[in-house]
Amino acid sequence: MVRNVLIPLYKDETAPRFDLCAEVLIAGYDNGRRISENIIVLQQPSAEDLCHMILKEKIDLVICGGIEEEYYQYLNWKDVKVIDDVIGEKDSVLDRYEKGGLKRGDILFAQPTEKLEKE
Amino acid sequence: MLLKDRILTSRIDLNHFLNHIAVPYIVLDTDRTALFANRSFEALTGFPVDRCPGVPCRHITRCGVCIQGCPALKLEATDQPVTVKTDMINFNRKRVSVKMVVSPLKDNAGKAAGFIETFYDISYMEESVATPESSYSFRGIVGRSSRMEKIFDILPVLAQSDASVLITGETGTGKDKVAEEIHNASPRAEEPFIKINCGALPETLLESELFGHTKGAFTGAVDSKPGRFRLAHNGTLYLTEIGDLPLTLQVKLLTVLDDGAVFPLGGNKRVPVNVRLIAATHRNLEEMVAEGRFRQDLFYRLNVARLHLPALRERNGDVRLLLDYFLHFYASKAGRQCKEFSDSALELLGTYAYPGNVRELSNIVEYAVAVCEGETIRGDHLPSYIKEVPAERGVRSDPAEKTEVPHAAKTFQPQAVDEVPSWKSVEKQMIMDALVKTGGHKGKAASILGWGRSTLWRKMKQYGIDR
Repeated sequence: MVRNVLIPLYKDETAPRFDLCAEVLIAGYDNGRRISENIIVLQQPSAEDLCHMILKEKIDLVICGGIEEEYYQYLNWKDVKVIDDVIGEKDSVLDRYEKGGLKRGDILFAQPTEKLEKE
Repeated sequence: MLLKDRILTSRIDLNHFLNHIAVPYIVLDTDRTALFANRSFEALTGFPVDRCPGVPCRHITRCGVCIQGCPALKLEATDQPVTVKTDMINFNRKRVSVKMVVSPLKDNAGKAAGFIETFYDISYMEESVATPESSYSFRGIVGRSSRMEKIFDILPVLAQSDASVLITGETGTGKDKVAEEIHNASPRAEEPFIKINCGALPETLLESELFGHTKGAFTGAVDSKPGRFRLAHNGTLYLTEIGDLPLTLQVKLLTVLDDGAVFPLGGNKRVPVNVRLIAATHRNLEEMVAEGRFRQDLFYRLNVARLHLPALRERNGDVRLLLDYFLHFYASKAGRQCKEFSDSALELLGTYAYPGNVRELSNIVEYAVAVCEGETIRGDHLPSYIKEVPAERGVRSDPAEKTEVPHAAKTFQPQAVDEVPSWKSVEKQMIMDALVKTGGHKGKAASILGWGRSTLWRKMKQYGIDR
């Protein structure tokens, strides 16, 4: 089954805000295997335009940072699942998603205790 | 040594001290990753402060300026605090207008050590600018019916007192809005307003959310959590759907209100809290007390000041006022040209019953503004369910409109303010009709009326139909 995942980006990270993101990553999955990855630069940041694009591109899941309730509910209503408040670099986010453990509020940056452990 | 010098050179519990500062702030490293933040910051943003360290601040504050041009970068050039007005999207998915002040931090040698960002919630100021006060409103709550006039009279008085307030009313009548505006007009306006829905969380989670927990209090409690009572310290705690609060937590809530202190789960340390409480419910608490489902002592503790918000059908003359208010509001917000409703649209909107009250009316107008491309909203711009809804459920049962001129109310004449008794008699008649139609089957009658069985039972008792 093909599944499309969209991540609003800020540089290589999840964009802190859905409404202000200027580019998005669309990853395509076939039976859980990543088969495509495209970065699309948006004409201008706009939550309305992004919602429109999400529906047009037949996105199944949006992984993002901050999103207003209005757009969150709208996407849910349109059967698009949203995992929000996710903080991290896009590769770590996709990696966590592929392992099946991504949830709302996940922070995927190394935090001080983790940094110390690595050192 | 002077007292001032003694204090400045003494060792203090910095964490404890900073957490009691009412201004939300976050301290950043030179690379703009978060070091720590205080509890007021958590109340404003909803981001758990214990998870701050190491996270780039743009992901925590989520301000517009963080994306469009970080103000901390400007500090390198000026070395003076920078103040900007911006907005943030907090972790409750709400957009909040804030004033943000970014100041540099220096070490003893005068070398840059980081930044401190303080925030002031200015959303209530912006709202009051956007919707100027009029004789028909109180801080964005609109109405001119006699029922609403009474509420506008009492709201400023309630706001200035520190008494607990119990707000009742059907769903969509504006209980949340009223609670927030009472807080904003109160002397606690600069302090946090913390909301929690007592019906949205399972009992164990709700207990931890309300009163907090210590690290290791239960499986999964990997960190301490302050709880909403402590987050609302010096401010207002708004408990919505209080009627859904489990009995065991009702006892604990009562204890907290009586003692003015909380004991976090797993902790034995008493934490004093100074919180003003506002509670709201769409349930009939008196009925729940009588049935033993709500503690009488808690009910009396909450019911110090009672505010009952009328359903829209009881607010004579307000439908038209609200339609115009929301039309103007949504048209300005969306930059649309819509200016008025056509007669056919007004006819439909005037005869519709609005079981979802003001929230439903607002949604209908928002939809119509989005769909309408011209200046006049016509009947076909309205959601189709308004036209399709069965008469028993969807159409206003106002006697003048239902029995004499159904679907013909072309204008909304404010009606006599003493019509409340007549509504009661019509409601009684509606119940009788429904019972006759169903051969006395209460469940089916309740379904026809669009009510729950308990509502029908209560109203039958109220009107003496069960005798």
